[in-house]
Amino acid sequence: MGFYGDRKLTAEEAKKLRETDIGPPYFRDFLPPVIKKNYGQWKEHDILSAGLMVHTAESGDKIWTIRVATPRLIATDTVREACDIADKYCDGHLRWTSRNNIEFLVSDEKKVEPIQKELKERGFLMGGIGYRISNVVHTQGWVHCHGAATDASGLVKSMMDELAEYFTTKELPNKLRLAVACCPNMCGAVHCSDIAVVAIHTTVPIIDHDKLGKICEIPTSIASCPTKAISPYPEKKSVKIKDEKCMYCGNCFTVCPAFDPFDTERDGCAIVIGGKVNCLRTNTKFARLVVPFISNRPPRWPKVVAIIKHIIELYAKHARKHERVGEWVDRIGWERFFKLSGITFTYQCIDDFTFMRDTFRNASTFKW
Amino acid sequence: MKKYETPLLDELEKGPFPSFVKEIKKAAAKNIMANDELGQVEYSYKTNRVYWKHGGIVGVLGYGGGIIGRYSMLPEMFPEVKFFHTVRVNQPSGWFYTTEVLRELMDICDKYGSGICNFHGSTGDIIFLGTTTENLEPIFAELTSHEKPRHLRFDLGGSGSALRTPSACNGPARCEWANYDTLEACHQITHEFQDEIHRPAFNYKFKFKFAGCACDCVASIARADCSVIGTWKGPILIDQDAVKWHEKKGMDIDREIVRMCPTECISYDGKELKIDNDECNRCMHCITRLHKALKPSGERGATICIGNKAPIVIGTIISHVIIPFMKLEPPFTEFKELARKMWDWWDEHSKPRERIGEVIEFQGMRSFLEAIGVEPIPQMIKEPRRDPFIFFKDEDIARVKEVEEEEKRTGKIIF
Repeated sequence: MGFYGDRKLTAEEAKKLRETDIGPPYFRDFLPPVIKKNYGQWKEHDILSAGLMVHTAESGDKIWTIRVATPRLIATDTVREACDIADKYCDGHLRWTSRNNIEFLVSDEKKVEPIQKELKERGFLMGGIGYRISNVVHTQGWVHCHGAATDASGLVKSMMDELAEYFTTKELPNKLRLAVACCPNMCGAVHCSDIAVVAIHTTVPIIDHDKLGKICEIPTSIASCPTKAISPYPEKKSVKIKDEKCMYCGNCFTVCPAFDPFDTERDGCAIVIGGKVNCLRTNTKFARLVVPFISNRPPRWPKVVAIIKHIIELYAKHARKHERVGEWVDRIGWERFFKLSGITFTYQCIDDFTFMRDTFRNASTFKW
Repeated sequence: MKKYETPLLDELEKGPFPSFVKEIKKAAAKNIMANDELGQVEYSYKTNRVYWKHGGIVGVLGYGGGIIGRYSMLPEMFPEVKFFHTVRVNQPSGWFYTTEVLRELMDICDKYGSGICNFHGSTGDIIFLGTTTENLEPIFAELTSHEKPRHLRFDLGGSGSALRTPSACNGPARCEWANYDTLEACHQITHEFQDEIHRPAFNYKFKFKFAGCACDCVASIARADCSVIGTWKGPILIDQDAVKWHEKKGMDIDREIVRMCPTECISYDGKELKIDNDECNRCMHCITRLHKALKPSGERGATICIGNKAPIVIGTIISHVIIPFMKLEPPFTEFKELARKMWDWWDEHSKPRERIGEVIEFQGMRSFLEAIGVEPIPQMIKEPRRDPFIFFKDEDIARVKEVEEEEKRTGKIIF
C-alpha cells in the first residue's frame, strides 16, 4: 500500500501534512538510467514494428519502446498491472504518450521479445507507431462531463474496434490522427485532426426564466452568444433567443445553466476531415466539415463508424505516399472528394461563420 | 453493492480495442462509487442524454482550482455519485513515471476516489475521476505531504481562469530532433508560476505547451495559447552514404523527398543529395523521412507562437508566430519575462472569458507586440494586409517624414 497505508487521514492530520505550491516532482527522477546517460544525445530511431521502436544514442546505447493502447479511462488495477510488467522488463520505467498510449521502456535487448509475448498474452494491444492510426484523443462525454452531447469513450471504442488493424499492422500513406469531442467546446483537438467527430446540438436552447434571473447575470448571458441571438427579456427579468440566429453552440449553457441545449432526439455527431498539427510539407491545417449531422446511436454509432472507415479506405487507396488526409484532399479538390466518397454535399457544408469568405471559390478552375 | 444491468455498455466490452467499460467494471467490482458511475453511464446510453450537473465550486484550502465539482442529476437513482468531483494532478514533464510513484498515486485514488483515472486529461494532468467533497483535503494532504520523499509528492494542476498545467513532448529524453530541453522548460515554467496555476487571476484560461520540433507531438500549435516549438538556424547536415541506404531500402528520393520539399530547395542527381539551406523553411519532411541521413545543426532554440483556442466564441484560432527565434536555456529568464508581459497586456485589454488570441484579434497585433517589446518582422505573418484601412500614430508619420527629409538631403531613395 501507499505511503500512508490503508488508513484515511483525519482532517487534523491533513492540515498538518499538507503543503501548497510544491509543483510536480522532477521528471529526471523517473528516467531510466540509459536515458539519463544519453539525454539529448540520441542519434536516430528505427520503427521495427507497429508497436516497437528502438532509439540509438551517439554512444551506441539503445532503448526499445513498446507502445500499447489504453482507453484513457483506466482502472487503478490496470495501471498496477502495467507497473508489474514494467517492473519485470523495464526496471520499473514507463511513460504515457500524448495520445493515451503506454510506452514500456526496455533497456535490455533480451527482454524485448519476452515483454511483447507477455503483453500479448495479457490482452494488451500493441501498435500505433509509424504511418498508422494511433490512439484517439477524446473528451469525457457522458462518463464525466456536464455538457456532453454524446459519449466520447463509446465512439472511440466503436471506431477503433473497426479500425484496429490500422493500429496493429496495416500501413497508410502517412500517419492518421483521429479525435472525438463530445460538444462544440472541442476540448479534444478536433480542429486539427485528420478525421474527427464533434458532437453538436441542433435545437435552440430552452430557457428556464425563473432560474435565469436567480442564478445568472443577464449581461454575461447576452455576451456569451457569438451570433448576438440573445437579447434582454425585461418582462421576465430574463433573456430571449432569436431562433433563426442560433447555431446551437451551447456557449450560453456554458456560462449559465438556465439554458438547456440538450435534445435526446436531435443531439448528434458531425464529421470533419483534413486537419493536421505539424508543419511537415504544408502548414497546420484546420479540419473541415463533410458530414453535418448523424443522430446519436449508442452503443455503437454504426453510421459514424461506417463513414469514417469509408473515408480512411478512400484515403489509403488514393493518397500519395506521405500525404496526410488534408494534403490529399487539398490536392484533388473538395469537389473531387465529395464525388469520390459519395457523401452528400449540403447547405451545412458551406461556411457561414467567421471564416466564410476564405472558404468560397474565387475561380472557375474546378473539376466536374 | 447494487448490481446494475448494463446491456448497452456490455456491447462495448466486445471487440479488439481496449474497452473503457471493462475498466469501469474492474473498478466497480470493489468500489461503490465506480459501481454507481457504471449505472449512470448505462442510463445515459439508454436515454441518449448526459446526467452530470453544471458546475459547482469545490476545492482545497488556499487554492482556487485543481478540483472540478461534479454532481449527479440523479442522486436518488445513483447515490454514490451524488458527489463525483474530478481531481487534476500535475503530471511530471513528458509523462515519465516509475512504478513506485504510479503505485503511490493509484493507492491514493483507490482510498479516496472511485478507482477510475484518466491517463491523461486533455491538458496533460493525471485525473482522478470521482471523489467526495470531504475527501478533497485528505487527498491533497496525501499528495503533497511533507513527510514523503520529494519524488512521491505531487501537486494539483490548473483549472478555471488560470494558467493550466503546462505539458511537453518527450524531447531530449528520447528523441533526436529536440531543439531545446522541452522537459526542463516545462518543469521550470510550471514551478515558476505555481501561484498562477493554483489561484485563478486571469480573465480566462491560458495554456503553455512545449514541443521540441515542427513535428509538434504535443499539438502545441493547436492546443495551447502559447506554443513553444523547437527550431534551429544552421544547415541540415547530410550523410550521403545514409542517403544511399534509404534508397536501397526502397525510397524514391526524387518523388518522396525532392518533389515533396515545399521550398524546392533539394536536388538529387543519383549520387549526391544537395540542400540549399538558405531557402529551407525547416518543415522537417526530409529530416523525418531520411532520418538516418539528415540532421539539423547550428544554433538551437524555439519559435514562440500565440493565440490558439477552440471555436467558441469567434471561431478556432491556431497559434501564430510572435517571436521567430528565442534561445531557451535554463533558467529560461527571457521566456518567463515574456509570459509576464503577455499576461499584463492581456489582463489590461480583456473582458472575462476572452482568450489572449481573441484579444489580439480585437486589439490588433501592434498593441500586443509593443507591450511585449518586439519589433515587427515578416517572419511573423503569412502575408501583409489586404486592405487600405491603416492605423497610424503621429510618430509613424513623423518617422516617414524624417526619412523623406534624409532622402531630400542625400538625393538617395531609401526603401
